[in-house]
Amino acid sequence: MTKIYIFSALLISYFAYSLAVYTRGTDETASGPLPGKTEVTLGKRLYQEKNCSSCHQLYGLGGYLGPELTTAFSDPNRGELYLRAFLQNGGPRMPKFDFTEKEINSIISYLEYIDHSAISYRKK
Amino acid sequence: MNTHPAQLPVNNSYSTDNQSRSYLMLSLCYLLLGLLLGTLGAFQYLLPDLLKNKISFQQARPLHVYLVISWIFTAAQGGLYYYLPRVAGRELYWKQGITVQLLLQLCTSILIIVSFFDGQFGGREYFEFPPSLGMGIALSWLPLLINFFLTLRPDYRTAPVYIWSWGTGLVFFMITLSESYLWIFDYFNGNIVRDMTVQWKAMGSMVGSWNMLVYGTGMYVMERISGDKGPCRSKTGYFFYFLGLTNLMFNWGHHTYIIPASPWVKTVSYVISMTELLILGKIIWQWKSTLKDARKNYHHIAYRLLVFADIWIFLNLVLAILISVPALNYYTHGTHITVAHAMGTTIGINTMLLMASVFFILKTENEEGVESGRKTIHAGILISNAALAVFWGSLVASGILKISSSLNRESFSYTMTKSIPFFKLFTYSGAAITAGLLLLVFIALWLLYPEPDPLPPAD
Ligand code: HEC
Ligand code: HEM
Repeated sequence: MTKIYIFSALLISYFAYSLAVYTRGTDETASGPLPGKTEVTLGKRLYQEKNCSSCHQLYGLGGYLGPELTTAFSDPNRGELYLRAFLQNGGPRMPKFDFTEKEINSIISYLEYIDHSAISYRKK
Repeated sequence: MNTHPAQLPVNNSYSTDNQSRSYLMLSLCYLLLGLLLGTLGAFQYLLPDLLKNKISFQQARPLHVYLVISWIFTAAQGGLYYYLPRVAGRELYWKQGITVQLLLQLCTSILIIVSFFDGQFGGREYFEFPPSLGMGIALSWLPLLINFFLTLRPDYRTAPVYIWSWGTGLVFFMITLSESYLWIFDYFNGNIVRDMTVQWKAMGSMVGSWNMLVYGTGMYVMERISGDKGPCRSKTGYFFYFLGLTNLMFNWGHHTYIIPASPWVKTVSYVISMTELLILGKIIWQWKSTLKDARKNYHHIAYRLLVFADIWIFLNLVLAILISVPALNYYTHGTHITVAHAMGTTIGINTMLLMASVFFILKTENEEGVESGRKTIHAGILISNAALAVFWGSLVASGILKISSSLNRESFSYTMTKSIPFFKLFTYSGAAITAGLLLLVFIALWLLYPEPDPLPPAD
């Protein structure tokens, strides 16, 4: 019987903890002047549909063939124009996607939004 | 009365055995394809133009990961289908369920592979296919859930640990699979911190769920080899099961330390982290001392695989504990050290345990066949484990190199160029792992191929 009690207690804690994580545990951290929401959503969709994460990491998660992009937007050595150049032309290993101007803008907005959310990077 | 279990199965066959064997064959096909695509992906690190227009890296990587993960849970499922009637002492509840599941899974896999080749992605690790296909995966698991609970009808007060472990794995796979699709709702999708935290919460626990399946199988095979029913019913056995379950539920946060969720998410996972691997090491350790030489020798192949899994548990345990310490994780996260952890555990532990299960089944079903391939099998085991040691080391080394580069603020392309020697080592040793494991795959496929005249039914 004890086993069944322990199991039930763990299961209830699991669901309670999940709820806490879905709500207070993960409040929005991005603030300041943010890019438009529709742009960001489109950018995110493209990021997923082209599977950028197979080569790039956000918050250190993803594939490892390409560079980490979380703070690329505000990185003094990279920044918006640099990102734009790669999205337009590809690179030695980065594929050339035939994005429209609008698509490139929205991907950059998405990366800008992520950069704003990355308060854990700034503290360090 | 107490006939040694290893000597029983010859005259202990069930009408679904051929179906279970087909299921295991499917799992080996996943491994075969997955290994080839992993090797391709690795070579693409060295030769950027290799097959670039046919199977680019952004196709090869998700295909590799999808296929090898499928190997892991399909092999666990196939084994479970074979063991269920034996544990329950009766035929499966829904016999055609195996074939239904096999067909559902095959169709889903074909759709997934086609969509990858077609360049259609969902773009979410580790299931990077379009989200609608997740439904196919969920559906294909249902027959096993039905068969598991209705064939065993377990009495949870007395059920051995592996039954708890299997049941937990099955249920949590469904829970976490659903959770990994929460992102389709804007509430999750619109907030990157929430989205990524919940995704890795789901994925972290999903890995825990298939570990439950695989470890359950490892424990069952151990019990059968040793003939000792004690450990799987002991207090320690259950204690470690619950510790594993606690880990499955709460340790996932070590994937997301860097994501700015609330600090307690980090604390909870840090405190609970990574006792999971210790768990099995401890159990196997105990069993090993109870194994008698004759029994070890009877199932020497399965036994040797279990011993290798044991070594990998210890090595990966050390690495896992180190990278779960936030101060170290800050540096190792996002480097190939994570890949060393991911592949070290999935190859060294999961694949070795599942191979042990496959060869345990083969030995009981077709002893002569296994004996005739004995040399090749041992060669396959040795080659793959030796190569894995080099592979693992080269991944850790290239991770350390990346850390030192980023401390020196070197550019990405410079770091990549400096890492080439390690990538070479990684690629060549990876190819050797592929070669070693393929020896096992081919022999197992050959021996699993159903015989024309079925064995006589149980007496
Ligand atoms: C096949 C792997 C691959 C894929 C897929 C890929 N990239 Fe890249 N990307 C790279 C590599 C490698 C670089 C570094 C430059 C180079 O070597 O070409 C790079 C560079 C970049 C850069 C410049 C930033 C920097 O730090 O150098 C941006 C921005 C970028 N990629 C965005 C994307 C986006 C957005 C997608 C998806 C639409 C994507 N990439 C898909 C491999 C890839
Ligand atoms: C049973 C065998 C294997 C399993 C279970 C396995 C599993 C995995 C997993 C889970 C990942 C994702 C890692 C992460 O995200 O951190 C991965 C990535 C990868 N694997 Fe494997 N793998 C296997 C064999 C191989 C072999 C033999 C090779 C090479 C010859 C290989 C090459 C790769 C490559 C290149 C990546 C991508 C790494 C990156 O993004 O940089 N794998 N594998």
